Amino acid sequence: MALRQCAIYGKGGIGKSTTTQNLVAALAESGKKVMIVGCDPKADSTRLILHSKAQNSVMELAAEAGSVEDLELEDVLSVGYGGIKCVESGGPEPGVGCAGRGVITAINFLEEEGAYDDELDFVFYDVLGDVVCGGFAMPIRENKAQEIYIVCSGEMMAMYAANNIAKGIVKYANSGSVRLAGLICNSRQTDREDELIIALAGMLGTQMIHFIPRDNAVQHAEIRRMTVIEYDPTHKQADEYRQLASKIVNNKKFVIPTPITMDQLEALLMEFGIMDVEDESIIGKKAAELAAA
Amino acid sequence: MSALTKVETQALIAEVLEVYPEKAKKDREKHLAVNDQSIEQSKKCITSNRKSLPGVMTVRGCAYAGSKGVVWGPIKDMIHISHGPVGCGQYSRAGRRNYYVGTTGINTFGTMNFTTDFQEKDIVFGGDKKLAKVLGEINQLFPLNKGISVQSECPIGLIGDDIEAVSKKAAKELDKPIVPVRCEGFRGVSQSLGHHIANDAIRDWVLPRRDTLQFESTPYDVAVIGDYNIGGDAWSSRILLEEMGLRVIAQWSGDGTIAEMEMTPNAKLNLIHCYRSMNYIARHMEEKYSIPWMEYNFFGPTKVAESLRAIAEHFDDTIKAGAERVIAKYQAMMDEIIAKYKPRLQGKKVMLYVGGLRPRHIIGAYEDLGMEVVGTGYEFGHNDDYDRTIKDMGNSTLIYDDVTGFEFEEFVKRIKPDLIGSGIKEKYIFQKMGVPFRQMHSWDYSGPYHGYDGFAIFARDMDMTINNPCWGKMKAPWLKEAAV
Repeated sequence: MALRQCAIYGKGGIGKSTTTQNLVAALAESGKKVMIVGCDPKADSTRLILHSKAQNSVMELAAEAGSVEDLELEDVLSVGYGGIKCVESGGPEPGVGCAGRGVITAINFLEEEGAYDDELDFVFYDVLGDVVCGGFAMPIRENKAQEIYIVCSGEMMAMYAANNIAKGIVKYANSGSVRLAGLICNSRQTDREDELIIALAGMLGTQMIHFIPRDNAVQHAEIRRMTVIEYDPTHKQADEYRQLASKIVNNKKFVIPTPITMDQLEALLMEFGIMDVEDESIIGKKAAELAAA
Repeated sequence: MSALTKVETQALIAEVLEVYPEKAKKDREKHLAVNDQSIEQSKKCITSNRKSLPGVMTVRGCAYAGSKGVVWGPIKDMIHISHGPVGCGQYSRAGRRNYYVGTTGINTFGTMNFTTDFQEKDIVFGGDKKLAKVLGEINQLFPLNKGISVQSECPIGLIGDDIEAVSKKAAKELDKPIVPVRCEGFRGVSQSLGHHIANDAIRDWVLPRRDTLQFESTPYDVAVIGDYNIGGDAWSSRILLEEMGLRVIAQWSGDGTIAEMEMTPNAKLNLIHCYRSMNYIARHMEEKYSIPWMEYNFFGPTKVAESLRAIAEHFDDTIKAGAERVIAKYQAMMDEIIAKYKPRLQGKKVMLYVGGLRPRHIIGAYEDLGMEVVGTGYEFGHNDDYDRTIKDMGNSTLIYDDVTGFEFEEFVKRIKPDLIGSGIKEKYIFQKMGVPFRQMHSWDYSGPYHGYDGFAIFARDMDMTINNPCWGKMKAPWLKEAAV
């Protein structure tokens, strides 16, 4: 089987890292050879696999050694649960330097050092929520990830972010092979959440590949720096991630997304009662003016 | 008299523009003009200080070049850090021939390259820590430096380093002025914005330092501003001012020191040679310290005498008499030079394309030798430069702004000047075309050209270039025989 490279995007705090690691653990459990590349200066994309606080990142190690050319692949690559290979690109603390350049440097390093070997079935890039500059689009450029999964929920801002990410994918899809492969709904238990995300997925031209219900087992496992798959393989939540994994393995629906306008998104939210119909008469009115009216 | 008539010049411009695509043609035609002395404002005939067209050959520099290379670089007792990757500083190192007195590496640092040598990790993690370390190391290794400037290269602005905070902290620790300069290369359309940014940095970080300090003034204190001492220009200028009885309290910035700059607000008059690169600070000192300023021109005896008299107008009779004395003293020497070279150069046509002040300031020096400037242009001039140029150039001569490589070559082919004065990037192209050429940025490793002493060298250099026997030997002997 040829190597499949997937990138996970989504609004900050939506649960990208947790979802990715549980998903990858399920893939590893089923015998797949997988690598995770964390593309976030926080470097928390591999802790549940490695049971560590934060893995030594490529950029940290490069800064210590002098330059990235002084590093060997084994310096940055750690192996965790189920033989999963883990790399964190790393980067600066908030407010200094250029984290985007860090991602570019780290991914180039992995390619040059041959980290993407023939043995691998999957590479997953876990990318910082806000694609603030070109660096964070690195994983979806030419010859990197071909499949993008967007983690979202039925909350307005999460859907708004998902639509924006779809716009970003269009830009690269037209010039390369990157495709949107589906929305992963990480439930926040909002009303009719599954129907809403299915509707949004339809408008974007893609699918809701799986609906992950909310379950405290995920948090219980996380406190122990483990995935649910490893912590409690018999738990029903573990089966949810196994289902997601098998759907991704069998996924054939890769599309150039059709992002929607803000008006269309608002109409969708109104249809599902998440947003009230706008009362045009109150816009720009101060409290005192409204009281007087 | 121009080489061509007005109609011919207009036709030439139209013909050269013909090869461009429509959009480029529309843009470039605004930058080319036929001179007409009756035009009061240059904006009626030429556009300048605009972004160069992608795809054309332009010789412009960047904001970093304007700040580090032009304004700050020559301040000899300061160390100027090229903050960022190594190339910007190393490839421009010591290229501008700003002469200075001092022991390099001990108390002066003009020809050395200091850089923070950014690596990938400095981009990703930010360079502030490295800068702080470099400032400390510099001060330890070169304790006689009188201050340090931080000249930002492009990445500094991109990654948002806080060089101001680092500079302030280091200035306290080292008890020396540390000046952060935000002259990232991508800012602006040419080196011109770099001059402005550098002027502003001097205004904000240098001049206020001595506002409260006592200074023993004389009524004859002047500052020379915008003379970069290329090949010793400022020295051959300064002696004339001193001979007429003035006291030069500061040189900006050729052979200059930071102490002189700090003391400049005590001057009675600021004398501006390169208006383009330093008018900003002159205007600031006029507003804040009520110091008047005037432009002057020390190229060629006519302009020197004119300028000396104009400068003397700002002072009492002693100085006015001093100016006349100086002019008289050098008259015989000038007559001799003109008598020697004018017959050899009379009627020769010159095309110029330089920066700063030279596209207009040198015209008089050529005219003193009986030569005529038939085309001129600025790399990075603004319209106030062209305003000043229209009157100095003859009618129906050619004026070109940010001229492209293609345009310049085509103009030369048609106008066939006897001499081109431009920079290193143009030099070899035109020499290979068989046209005598002088580098008028660096004086072609000669100089000084300012003042009376400078004119002697200028006249000799022009003669030896134009009348060099090599130009008669451009055709290979076998080709000559074939023609016969």
